[in-house]
Amino acid sequence: MIKVSNITHVYSKGLPDESVALDDVSFTIEDGSFTGIIGHTGSGKSTLLQHLNGLLKPDSGHIFVGDTDITEKGSNLLEIRRKVGLVFQYPEYQLFEETVAMDVAFGPKNLGLSDEEVRARTVEALELVGLDAEEFGGKSPFELSGGQKRRVAIAGVVAMRPEVLILDEPTAGLDPKTHKDVLGMINDIHEKQHNITILVSHNMSDVAAMCDHVLVINKGKLVMDGTPEEVFGRADELNEMGLSAPPAAEFLRRLKASGVPIGRIPLDVAGAADEIIKVLGR
Amino acid sequence: MIRDITLGQYYQGTSLIHRLDPRTKIIATILYIIVLFIAQNAFGLAISTLALIAVIALSKVPLGFILRGVKPIFIIIVFTFVLNLFMIPGEAIAVLGPLTITRESLRTASFLAGRLVLLIFGASLLTLTTKPIGLTDGIEKLISPLRRIGVPAHEIAMMMTIALRFIPTLLEETDKIMKAQQARGADFETGSLVKRAKNLIPILVPLFISSFRIAQDLAMAMEARCYRGGEGRTRMNSMQMTRLDLAGFAFQAAFAAIIIIFGR
Repeated sequence: MIKVSNITHVYSKGLPDESVALDDVSFTIEDGSFTGIIGHTGSGKSTLLQHLNGLLKPDSGHIFVGDTDITEKGSNLLEIRRKVGLVFQYPEYQLFEETVAMDVAFGPKNLGLSDEEVRARTVEALELVGLDAEEFGGKSPFELSGGQKRRVAIAGVVAMRPEVLILDEPTAGLDPKTHKDVLGMINDIHEKQHNITILVSHNMSDVAAMCDHVLVINKGKLVMDGTPEEVFGRADELNEMGLSAPPAAEFLRRLKASGVPIGRIPLDVAGAADEIIKVLGR
Repeated sequence: MIRDITLGQYYQGTSLIHRLDPRTKIIATILYIIVLFIAQNAFGLAISTLALIAVIALSKVPLGFILRGVKPIFIIIVFTFVLNLFMIPGEAIAVLGPLTITRESLRTASFLAGRLVLLIFGASLLTLTTKPIGLTDGIEKLISPLRRIGVPAHEIAMMMTIALRFIPTLLEETDKIMKAQQARGADFETGSLVKRAKNLIPILVPLFISSFRIAQDLAMAMEARCYRGGEGRTRMNSMQMTRLDLAGFAFQAAFAAIIIIFGR
């Protein structure tokens, strides 16, 4: 369980460019949850993520991962980073080793695991992201395709077996097919490892389809916290923040607004199609 | 954190110093550095310090902001001071084991340290009050007479513009890569010197690759906008000397004269 209580973070405190990135944010994420975070660019999402694994410390407030208060002074950072794995945007830009296997092993090695354990985890992580360890392990990460690089980078974090896996826009800049594959892979990892997964995305359809819990951040404040149905049901408020419901839901909402007798508003295309068929009376 | 480095940074403002022509400020900075080394007695250094304080006050840049930027360099100054303190022979005034401090060494070390501090403050004031573009435009104008003897003035200025432009980008990139590797349990703060140097590899390799990528993208974007060097190129903001600059030059002349007459 992750419990965030009243965290506030101010950048460049006391300087002319001072800005409040997070303002009194509180929420709870239950074990096994797949949580989505949505918000504008610059809303404070990335700042929030970096707090969750101790890369940034809040100016006030506390964050509990399990029973540990990770905001406490002198907390064991390595232990926090073992528990909470963070995959940054465009993670393929962090690859640096000679081979894929060595790069994936970087995290586990830093945890001080035995060589045997490191090797086992490298193979496990590569399989989890859908790459054959035999085939890819010895290759240079720089000769892979964009999608494969992304997978290797995600494997580098997965290999630390985090209890919480955070992904910041893991599909940014990928083609539609790779986009789908990478999301499918993330879903697989979530199901196999039964961990908390946190996904930041600008794609509302992805969030609606994958998440059971959605947080909305706007201008450093947590403005919504609920199930996808609850959050995307407040489409007007989302529009005001420059966000929106998934296209399928948005489409039905507009049909309904113009007088078509739509009952419930599903979030996915298949559900929307069913609803329209029902209205058409077929 | 790495973002705290303010050396070479610009501090937004509209003070008298900010409004000076970049050329005036560049010349003033060079002159100030020369005068610092002409000054040989305590009076000379005191006047130099006063002049700098006056200019800092006029620039309205908070002292804390300047200090934050030059902090890393103080280690070098302290090092130079200590080295000089024990290296110059003369009349001994204190003995620490095998090391002797002499009257001459104390004087030389303090003067050198004082000069370095003033030099760094003066130079950082130039970048703090001048936008990078203004700075490179100024340099281009100042060295353009040398074009006749084959100095590629525009190209040099463009290289400097790009280099300056990429300092924040690369700092940001470094910050991002560092955080990403820290998230994978990398440790940059503890261990022996050799170990720490080794720990930099996970930062340096991605940073190198990023720089090449950024450079390539930039070259492409410049070509796409028909960049073809300095021939026949005009400026969006042409620089103009004003009365303010005249006042600036008068101040410099007075300052230099005082030092040359009394400060040696």
